[in-house]
Amino acid sequence: MIRRVLRGLANPQLLALVGVLLINWALFPGFFRITWQDGRLFGSLIDVLNRGAPVAILAVGMAGVIATKGVDLSVGAVMAVSGAVAATLVVAGYPAPVAVASALAVGLACGLWNGFLVAVLDIQPIVATLVLMVAGRGIAQLITQGFIVTFNDPVLVFIGTGSFLGLPMAAVIALVLMVLVTLLYRRTAIGLFVEAVGVNRAAASLSGIRSRMLLMMVYGLSGLCAAVAGIIVAGDIRGADANNAGLWLELDAILAVVIGGTSLLGGRFSVPLAVMGAFIIQAMNTGILVSGFRPEFNLIVKAGMIFLILLIQSPLASRLAPVRLRPVGEAVPK
Amino acid sequence: MSRSLRPLFATAVIFAIAYALAVLQFPGMFSTRVLGNFLTDNAFLGIAAVGMTFVILSGGIDLSVGAVIGFTGVLVAVLISWAGLHPLAAFAVALLVSAAFGAAMGLSIHFLQVPSFIVTLAGMFLARGGASVITQDSVPINHDFYTWISSLIIRLPGGGRLSFIGLLMIGIFIVGALLAHRTKFGSYVYALGGNAVSASLMGVPVARTTVAIYMLSSVLAAVAGIVFSLYTSAGYPLAAVGVELDAISAVVIGGTLLTGGYGFVLGTFVGVMLLGLVQTYIIFDGTLSSWWTKIVIGVLLFLFIVLQRLIFAASSSGDRAPEKA
Repeated sequence: MIRRVLRGLANPQLLALVGVLLINWALFPGFFRITWQDGRLFGSLIDVLNRGAPVAILAVGMAGVIATKGVDLSVGAVMAVSGAVAATLVVAGYPAPVAVASALAVGLACGLWNGFLVAVLDIQPIVATLVLMVAGRGIAQLITQGFIVTFNDPVLVFIGTGSFLGLPMAAVIALVLMVLVTLLYRRTAIGLFVEAVGVNRAAASLSGIRSRMLLMMVYGLSGLCAAVAGIIVAGDIRGADANNAGLWLELDAILAVVIGGTSLLGGRFSVPLAVMGAFIIQAMNTGILVSGFRPEFNLIVKAGMIFLILLIQSPLASRLAPVRLRPVGEAVPK
Repeated sequence: MSRSLRPLFATAVIFAIAYALAVLQFPGMFSTRVLGNFLTDNAFLGIAAVGMTFVILSGGIDLSVGAVIGFTGVLVAVLISWAGLHPLAAFAVALLVSAAFGAAMGLSIHFLQVPSFIVTLAGMFLARGGASVITQDSVPINHDFYTWISSLIIRLPGGGRLSFIGLLMIGIFIVGALLAHRTKFGSYVYALGGNAVSASLMGVPVARTTVAIYMLSSVLAAVAGIVFSLYTSAGYPLAAVGVELDAISAVVIGGTLLTGGYGFVLGTFVGVMLLGLVQTYIIFDGTLSSWWTKIVIGVLLFLFIVLQRLIFAASSSGDRAPEKA
């Protein structure tokens, strides 16, 4: 058990995260300073946890989807829809639990719709989820009637900006979700089935795995996670912005999962490493901000990072490097 | 042949019906003025969609299109307004830069053997970030050459105007169609999209073709960026955000199969016109809000994807047909 934990710690993702944090520290000496104020922790490190939480939550759902050789492009739009639902209901006078439950239900429904297109109609995932990515923001604007719906509901605001045991609520939710979903995948056979479907769906179906149910489930989970992230983002700004909530976050979430070592070709995956990937991205964002660089460099650094990962994961690199450089989801032989 | 033309035919019929219905409701829509504006307003989208058609025909996807349009606009504006270059020289620089950019993406896709989707995602970040690093603001372009090009219009009977950029789009569509359906490169693209392994076994130069496809897409995106800068007389790093999605939608609605290997360049033209029709209709109606555009495009996208599934499930007997539709 101890050896397993140790081996788990010695992975490239953790080294990368530590590396990024150390670079941040070198650029900005106060990076690791954490203070206790008004019953909660403050500091750049806490900021990384807080700001990285929405992408981390998306990555929790996205990891399973990518493991089935799929991708969910709609999560950003689903965030906007669920945020709009929660905000509109709260403003209309419904109690917060009803609003949150409805928003989650809508997110789940969006995810199941994607799953239906992928699993039952056999449409490629990029296209199937593109439909909702395009239409989703329109639907969100329809719900909010084009306005930014602002609210002051204490429960929703707490979900977005509150703190639990001194940690930001958003980060706590992300970590809890990560643990729950990891248990779901790893303490049952579901994770294995997901990988089997990702490697070869036909073979998995022939060996008795109900691949349709499974695909519906992973896309549903992705939609649900997107809804959680959407509620958090709405609570954070105390309003639902149909145009900008979750804009381009689907790409960050995919990047987080890829950094977490899951191959886009399906197969082995890891939810905790995907979450770590999300925090690596956020640590870079924060690092660029606190060290005084212009935020536009962020995109260029991200592009460089994608390229680096692709290089490490490519068959070319494995031929050149005899040592096991590759993280968990090495490309499945075709 | 008629069987393989069915999706193109379906799209054209749907466009004709939609346009007829729109004209029944608003007779003013049936005028050369509206048709001329269709072409001008969608010129940059159409040009980018031609490149996207080739990428999708080859079984890939290019998410960097919108960012390349934005980057080119900024580059051209900066070269003209700040460096004092002649617009034609600036265009040449922009086309060269984008060709190198597309070649780099094509090389990565082929030699790293990774999905085009993630490589072009990195390309999107790079181009968008590069544009924002050059400038954060909108850079206006005031040059006689721009005024001259904008004055190049053909007046149609009925008050319509065919602009230079509208005609340029039509020209690029014609050249694109010839390239896809009448040249060796075109058949390589189809072969690659049908089955990359058998294509390479049959002697298709996969590496060269892949690089050429992404170069073509990036160059056309740069042309679209130039057209966009002619259209707006400015360069803005956040211009054309999300145009890649519109381009992909236009290609799919135009009957090109997203798995590659099947489709028509001219179908994409109908797809672009259908997207333009949706927008024009919503403007004519006046009571519908702009967000209906997105919803309608999403619904159209869905309908055409399902239509494709049905047609291909019906024509291929060996494949397991979807149980529900």
